[in-house]
Amino acid sequence: MSTSVLQPIARVDALVIGAGHNGLVCAATLARAGRSVLILEAADTVGGLSVTREFSPGFRVSAGAHLLHQLPSTLVKDLALFSHGLKFSATHLPTLSLSQDQLPLRVGDQDALGVRCEADARAWGPFERQMQRFAGFVQAILASAPPRLGTDLWSDKAALLKLALKLRLLGQRDMREFLRIIGMNAHDLFNDEFVTDPLKGALGFDAVLGTNFGPRAPGTVLTYLYRRAAEFAASDTGLAVPEGGMGAVTQALARSAEAAGAIIRCQAPVTRILVENDRASGVQLASGECIAASTVISNVDAKTTLLTLLGTEHLDTGFVRRADHFRSRGLSAKLHLALDRRPLFKGLRPELHGGRLLIAPTLEYLERAFNASKYRTPSAAPAIEITIPSVHDQSLAPDGKHVLSAIVQYAPYAPDGGWPALREGFTRTVIDLIEAHAPGLRDSIVASELLTPKDIETQFRVHGGHWHHGDLAFDQFYLVRPFPGAAQYGSPVAGLYLCGASSHPGGGVMGLAGRHAARAVLNENL
Amino acid sequence: MNASPAPPHFKRPLLETPFSARARALQQHDRFVAWAGYSTVDVFTTPEQEYFAIRNATTVYDLTPMVKYRIAGHDAERFLNRLVTRDLRKLKVGRVSYVVWCNDAGHLIDDGTVFRMGPQDFRLCTAERQLDWLLDSAIGFDVEIEEVTAEIAALSVQGPTSCWALKQLGVEGISELKPFEWRNLSAAGRPLMVSRTGFTGDLGYELWMRPEHALSIWDDLLEAGRLRGIRVIGSQALNMARIEAGFLMPNVDFVSAEHTIRLNRDRSPLELGLGWLIDFDKPHFNGRRALLSESQSGPAQMLIGLDVAGNKPAHGALLYTDEKGSLEVGHVTSAMWSPTCKRNIALAMVKAPYFKTGSTLWADVYLNRELVWERRMLKALVVEKPFFAPERRRLTPPADH
Repeated sequence: MSTSVLQPIARVDALVIGAGHNGLVCAATLARAGRSVLILEAADTVGGLSVTREFSPGFRVSAGAHLLHQLPSTLVKDLALFSHGLKFSATHLPTLSLSQDQLPLRVGDQDALGVRCEADARAWGPFERQMQRFAGFVQAILASAPPRLGTDLWSDKAALLKLALKLRLLGQRDMREFLRIIGMNAHDLFNDEFVTDPLKGALGFDAVLGTNFGPRAPGTVLTYLYRRAAEFAASDTGLAVPEGGMGAVTQALARSAEAAGAIIRCQAPVTRILVENDRASGVQLASGECIAASTVISNVDAKTTLLTLLGTEHLDTGFVRRADHFRSRGLSAKLHLALDRRPLFKGLRPELHGGRLLIAPTLEYLERAFNASKYRTPSAAPAIEITIPSVHDQSLAPDGKHVLSAIVQYAPYAPDGGWPALREGFTRTVIDLIEAHAPGLRDSIVASELLTPKDIETQFRVHGGHWHHGDLAFDQFYLVRPFPGAAQYGSPVAGLYLCGASSHPGGGVMGLAGRHAARAVLNENL
Repeated sequence: MNASPAPPHFKRPLLETPFSARARALQQHDRFVAWAGYSTVDVFTTPEQEYFAIRNATTVYDLTPMVKYRIAGHDAERFLNRLVTRDLRKLKVGRVSYVVWCNDAGHLIDDGTVFRMGPQDFRLCTAERQLDWLLDSAIGFDVEIEEVTAEIAALSVQGPTSCWALKQLGVEGISELKPFEWRNLSAAGRPLMVSRTGFTGDLGYELWMRPEHALSIWDDLLEAGRLRGIRVIGSQALNMARIEAGFLMPNVDFVSAEHTIRLNRDRSPLELGLGWLIDFDKPHFNGRRALLSESQSGPAQMLIGLDVAGNKPAHGALLYTDEKGSLEVGHVTSAMWSPTCKRNIALAMVKAPYFKTGSTLWADVYLNRELVWERRMLKALVVEKPFFAPERRRLTPPADH
């Protein structure tokens, strides 16, 4: 194809850049509302960071997210994902906190906890129930598009009033407790409640997974409740492993979108968002081809969308400054191991090997792991979340063989010395650490793949390689996510919208950003 | 012999310009002001004497502290065109443009002049430092921005005989220079960039030179103009001339939107009467969306000129719709008795719809008469600016006085 094709060859109502889960949810929602929708994906397949990839012959793994636990059941139902092929090979996985000198502790197992500390066993029930009530409140925030402050619109005022009412309906005791803890750090909260280290380590891990924080950072109770809130809406299935890996989720979403009439084109990288008369008018592909659209909706992270694809020449300096300051450097790496036999973790009953295994034995351990990253060094003793999806789904590995997928924290985006020099050592560190819990693992490794934030940036086209496109923190949350001026899915350029994890409620395979964005598009025009 | 070590910077917080030695010798009142980190002379003899030299002879003003940026690179023109409200694609090499730039809300950050030195090479002169805003504005543009304030010594030579004085200095080609043009000329072998620009509304030039030539050019210039009463001036006299010319002074007539703290203290160029500097037909520029919407609804207030009754300057006066002072509609930002116009003039910020030319307002003026305050309600007529705009400021070649 000639690269000088400048005339539009097609025109659609809505053009979605990127077929990640949010882009697909957005496209499916718009298509079901009767709009003509085209999705352009740069990669060979749909999925973004919710994708299953072969990393060694015969071994496939969820290359990004590796557990499904935040996709709201209402969304699964609305988009008919089960009839579009979504199946689970396991649901309600247990979380196990591993430690060197003790048996693994199953989080939520009061009996096992009682053996270690009776007081903790008694405290667990009330704590868990209260957190669940708080999660229910935060879920109400996640489930709605953020209103604008300072407008005269009734809808904005109503949304804020509704939220205030929901908070009040927690009751006086809960509301006070919620307001007391919401700005706190996870370390203090969990230390106030419990004694048992592996329990606190596991809770702390949930508070800092995918963030730029250690458990002592203010705001980590928010990130903990944020995770709990997202899980609240997916409690039907809990921690789940889709059959065929996380790619199966986006495949089902893609089929749902296509069934509603959306068209998906892969291997179609967008290089430029076109603007006419201060309005987004379409996109230009790497091939030079231009496609016209009434609305352009980007699943790509906010920085790439606005600063690179759109270009700062269409934006004001203050807005560019905010976009530039959006904190978007990932700290989570991914390690994939191809194993010629099933690993055996010390003290872990065989049926629990399919669970979510955490190496975060104490809060102190997590904080120390984080400390290194502050000084641009990968953790010497990182915190790790391990899953062995082939326990549930043998299609992921050759017969009798297994794949292990681990999220490893903290791995800075740009460490001193650079990843090329550090990669091998860091891989060895992580394998040694897992080996200590699962003796013999090293000898069973057939192949390995480490995805640093830098790799994630390159391979998945996410600025900074951040799983959530940008830190989840008070100043990048809800009303101000990703930053003022782009927080309601729109942008300063009319007709250009954001639907990815940069937007509220952010990352995790949740799909709500895509859902809210589609509604914003439908509300505002088309 | 060892030279004594330079005193630590915190003991000499204000810098000296290359002209400071000469200026300090000539000033009589020890009245200095800090300007952009430099110490400059506020008054040499008396403001009035210096002012009359601006309107009747030739004056020399040390312009070195004016902040200067070199902006160059592949995207220099695109960068500046996105920064300022005017269309700089139309600015030719060898020309100068008066520009303003705004924040996202369309509120004024600063004004200044842009010199086009080459196809993608510009000089931006501003009253205050702007590097932070410029660098953030450069995100996404292939452009290099460098502050060159200290590398260039500058003098403003203004007044009806300024062209004559520069000819005496031996600056060839000065007569052909048109308003808002600059040329690389020379004075007895010393390279001299000359622009026909200024802040007085009169015939005048600005000289840009290497610091090592500063003192010899100063000496030669004062000698060359001696017979026609050339005079060095301070900031006060310049301020009188600029009010007559209707020019804005930062922190007097407006506060930069990057510095305001209180609500509603920012000003848009439309409110400052600078709507003529905005080109909505060019590609996107900072504040365009906000300014477009404001231009459709009309500005809520406007900086206008006032002709106030009597001869007492209406410094800081509140403005009312009637003599009783029932409705307050604005305030004076700059005021003076204009010796040349023989009018009591002022610049004032007035709310819509009272800023229309021809409207009558009342200025609440307080006079301190030997420590006793007296209050006067003075009639103030909204008039067109500038108050003083002599034909000679544009005449090329200028008259050979």
